[in-house]
Amino acid sequence: MRNTVHKWFWVWDFDKEEKWLCAMAAKGKALVHVGFCTYEFEDSAPGEYIYRLELLEHAPDSTEGRAYISFLEETGAEQIGSYLRWCYFRRKASLGEFDLFSDFDSRIRHLDRILWLVGTVLALNLISGTVNVLGFGDLSVNYVSGMVNLLLAAVLTLAFILLSAKKHRLGRERSISES
Amino acid sequence: MNFANGALTEAVYYILLSLLEPRHGYGIMQNAQTLSGGRVRLAAGTLYGALNTLLEKGWIRAMPGEGNSRKKEYVITEAGQEVLRQEIMRLEELVRNGRALLEEVHHEEYGT
Repeated sequence: MRNTVHKWFWVWDFDKEEKWLCAMAAKGKALVHVGFCTYEFEDSAPGEYIYRLELLEHAPDSTEGRAYISFLEETGAEQIGSYLRWCYFRRKASLGEFDLFSDFDSRIRHLDRILWLVGTVLALNLISGTVNVLGFGDLSVNYVSGMVNLLLAAVLTLAFILLSAKKHRLGRERSISES
Repeated sequence: MNFANGALTEAVYYILLSLLEPRHGYGIMQNAQTLSGGRVRLAAGTLYGALNTLLEKGWIRAMPGEGNSRKKEYVITEAGQEVLRQEIMRLEELVRNGRALLEEVHHEEYGT
């Protein structure tokens, strides 16, 4: 049986999203399709799959992206969907532990990609927000959307700080050990 | 070759060792795990990045594709073998120094 769940995760909470998907799989609900805030599950044997998420370096349908995904597939993983550059992978738990990264360096590089994404969206919101708020009068559509941009920019700034702190922690661990 | 005195990561060391004979990605992961008695688990994303870097450095090369096999196989190059030899010398130095100094401490503590 299929059922759809609508849920919102912030980009920087991708590990929470992973945990949630694994917890659903443990209950016999295996993710089979993703969309914007939409998760479609299908019944499966409880604990059959382990789920992992990655923000790819290249778009999933580019040559480089496809080469990477087919490499993961050779190792028993399955791409069940993607949203923009976020890819959702799963592998049968019977094949053993499933992780996409096994050392600090590759985890840090992944965080760098996420930081870059958050930073870009943050800059766009900040620019658009500032222009609209300063350039238009009270309660015009532009003014209100500018305020929304600025609000979003504030949230993204917090995200940027949290992600940077996480990266810093990994970097410190990296200086004494490699995985 | 861009390898003066830098240490290899454990992942790179086991990848190079595994590629003394041609292997594809999953084969490398399994071999590294077997060689290390289950301790070293290379995750696919980490392995993919390392393989690309090693290809760029010329320490490994891709085997010519064989007919209908989709899986790409890799093998170590002469340069890669030289890197392995240097790394083994470096590791021997680490072990030699570690053993000698720890034994010294042991002798001082127990007067043996």
